[in-house]
Amino acid sequence: MKRTALALLVVAAPALGQSNQAAAPMANVQLPDPARERDAKALMETLRCIVCQGQSIADSDAEMAGDMRSLVRERIGKGEAPDDVRRWLIERYGDYVSYDPPLSGATALLWIAPLALLVIGALIAARSFRRRRR
Amino acid sequence: MNRRLLIWLPFAVFVGLAGLVLYGLYRPDNTVVRSALVGKPLPEFRLAPIAPGKPGLAAADMKGGVRLLNVFGSWCIPCIAEAPQLMALKNRGVEIDAIAIRDTGPAVQRFLTENGDPYARVGDDPRSQVQLSLGSSGVPETFVIDAEGRIAHQHVGPINANEVDDILKAIEDAK
Repeated sequence: MKRTALALLVVAAPALGQSNQAAAPMANVQLPDPARERDAKALMETLRCIVCQGQSIADSDAEMAGDMRSLVRERIGKGEAPDDVRRWLIERYGDYVSYDPPLSGATALLWIAPLALLVIGALIAARSFRRRRR
Repeated sequence: MNRRLLIWLPFAVFVGLAGLVLYGLYRPDNTVVRSALVGKPLPEFRLAPIAPGKPGLAAADMKGGVRLLNVFGSWCIPCIAEAPQLMALKNRGVEIDAIAIRDTGPAVQRFLTENGDPYARVGDDPRSQVQLSLGSSGVPETFVIDAEGRIAHQHVGPINANEVDDILKAIEDAK
């Protein structure tokens, strides 16, 4: 019984993992400069929420996502480039944090496969059209 | 190749892909996000005190001797489960500093009174900004910091009773 209760507690822990403290200052507040807010929003939509892994930080209500949004807005508000903020996060969390995977050895297939498939499809189409014309 | 067999090729590819997708759907998803900073120097930070009578924490404090850096919150249930193991480590002479995430002084004080106080210093990280700079993905997490102030090891999640030896070994390895 005690073991079951403990197991349940472990399973339930993520749901209890909220601090009840106020959101970070820029978590839900837009930047005064519309252009910078647009940049910040675009970046937030391509950053993964670390605790709720299936969502972007723009979509998530998790506290950590709010803290990450605040970090993004504060840095972009100070004039930092969105790519630099992304790089800063990748340095800490790895490529996993970004929904815009960079071209590297591990992701090369991801980038090249669509092009390769398109070329193969075009070749097949060209061949079959030629055959039909005959 | 035999044309009659070739016609089944697209179907076979489809079945293969569908199988892969199904496997992905039913495989339990528990991706642990590790910090990419393991093996690198601890990032600069300076945090104000939060626990009454205890100093705050700066990255510079973590040099000279191997230490643990525990990321916790008084509101975090697994942190309560981890507390006895941290006390056991402290009693074996391990120095432990902490960062309190999104917390208040009274709540931290209550947490330390109820669950034991293994910490030499506790820094206040009210908006998780230092936690983000460490590449930490939640609470609790424990970093082993070597004498040069480099992150030697990261333990994600609570240190369970059977994991104390792993932490002691990581500390030995960092020496």
